[in-house]
Amino acid sequence: MDKLQIATPEIFLLAATCAVLIVGLFAQARSNTVYWLSQLTLVITLGLSLLQIGDESATGLSGAYTMDILSVSLKNWILVIAIGIFLYSRDYIGNRKIARSEYFVLGLFAVSGMMIMTSATHMLTVYLGLELLALSQYAMVALHRDNGEASEAAMKYFVLGALASGMLLYGMSMIYGATGSLNLSVIGDILAGNAQNLTDARTIGARFGLTFLIVGIAFKLGAVPFHMWVPDVYDGAPTSVTMFISTAPKIAAFAMLIRLLVGGLETLNADWQQMLAILSALSMVLGNLVAIAQNNIKRMLAYSTISHVGFLLMGIVGVTSAGYSAAMFYAITYAFTTLAAFGVLLAVSREGFEADQLTDLAGLGRRHALLATVMLLAMISLAGVPPAVGFYAKLTVLESAVNAGFTWLALLGVFTSVVGAFYYLRIIKIMFFDEPVDSTEVSPAGDVTAALALNGLAVIGLGLAPGLVMSACIAAFA
Amino acid sequence: MITLSHYLALGALLFCLSVIGIFLNRKNVIILLMCIELMLLSVNMNFVAFSYFLGDGAGQIFVFFILTVAAAEAAIGLAILVVLFRNRSTINVADLDALKG
Repeated sequence: MDKLQIATPEIFLLAATCAVLIVGLFAQARSNTVYWLSQLTLVITLGLSLLQIGDESATGLSGAYTMDILSVSLKNWILVIAIGIFLYSRDYIGNRKIARSEYFVLGLFAVSGMMIMTSATHMLTVYLGLELLALSQYAMVALHRDNGEASEAAMKYFVLGALASGMLLYGMSMIYGATGSLNLSVIGDILAGNAQNLTDARTIGARFGLTFLIVGIAFKLGAVPFHMWVPDVYDGAPTSVTMFISTAPKIAAFAMLIRLLVGGLETLNADWQQMLAILSALSMVLGNLVAIAQNNIKRMLAYSTISHVGFLLMGIVGVTSAGYSAAMFYAITYAFTTLAAFGVLLAVSREGFEADQLTDLAGLGRRHALLATVMLLAMISLAGVPPAVGFYAKLTVLESAVNAGFTWLALLGVFTSVVGAFYYLRIIKIMFFDEPVDSTEVSPAGDVTAALALNGLAVIGLGLAPGLVMSACIAAFA
Repeated sequence: MITLSHYLALGALLFCLSVIGIFLNRKNVIILLMCIELMLLSVNMNFVAFSYFLGDGAGQIFVFFILTVAAAEAAIGLAILVVLFRNRSTINVADLDALKG
């Protein structure tokens, strides 16, 4: 076989997921067997993936699959975040009428989809990884079967997601027609050979396809003006699923963006640079302004996601490797900061009660000081206040944009961040200075509390020592 | 003589029809699902036409995968539709307004 070993973690994960699916059929409805098996699967997969650190980059499976520093480090982060997601959602799922084994099995399938997306260097593998992720997510949103809002959100997500996949595929078909290949590195070579001749039929066909590709990617990332599904899905889905959608898949979408635009179509960067700059500017402005008006935390975090996607794209518009590294750092740190924020929301929720309004957090500082502190760290990081990690992430992205000549975009980013700081700080004010509306004791399980504390420490610790993650991000694009 | 551009024009036409169908339809969710299928089929048309005229088999193999994924997608879409109907007793697109984007 053609270097099958580069895909060892994915192969193990898929096989183990199928086994967990079967066990789930026979497990007791209230037992945690499937949860522990899923965590075990993720931990072993993480171990296999960690073993690949330092290996020579290799492309195998007929050029469809690549293992390099980019894919290995993104995979490790996706797996770590997935372990956190499962841990935080365990009790939330258990307290509700949500099919628990299905949640974890679909989660595992989604994780394998994300891992495939990070390694895909062929349009077929990009598409299959993306669909594996997307189909699992549609089902997860609809998992709360008796909830009308969840099924409405699932329907909207499904229709718009399928539309985005259709756009992406149409773009792929055009690029295939123009270059005669589906392999992204071959496409890159063919276009580079034609770089002088921008009116050549091949290049025009590829540029036409590129437009559709960008629409598809922007839909998946949730960038304005293709963001309309984000607030509805975040709001309607069960909070554990919202947490899933808003964290690890952003890393995978970043990987897909890099593989397609930088790996395949870098020659056409003059075209996609402009499109991404507009998407980035609109996302930052609209996301931050509309978030102010939200009273529902999940909707607020949805608009906050949109604005952060704008920031992430700002790193890529420069077409410099420093910018790509900055965007990669941004995607990773954004994912685990949001993980902490949603983890706190899940810990505050209990049987028959959803913590999704701003007032539900009132006085959390007095009800459970540790949870409130973790939320505080997540919020200052999202707002970009030093010394939290969000500050350094924003700084490197802004620096790369200024160096690449996109000063206007960087200035817009700074101004909208200042506006955005308002709604993050409002949550802190509500938690520490408002009287508690609801005095029920908040008592998350011991392991959840420990993980949240660790997550909060990571938010502040990586802000003080960003080099730990940044060195891998720089190596990925060296 | 039917040339590549005829096939591409047909593909583009079908694609536009399906996008228009998704955005203009306010009546029935099942029509949305049909539009999504049509969209994937128009892409298949493109792939097969390119594959034939380029003399390269990869495009046709891609079509098999798209067909398979489209089947899975239709299954999930219909499942969500059933859940939606049980909760809301309607599949009218205009009634899906509990969540305000």
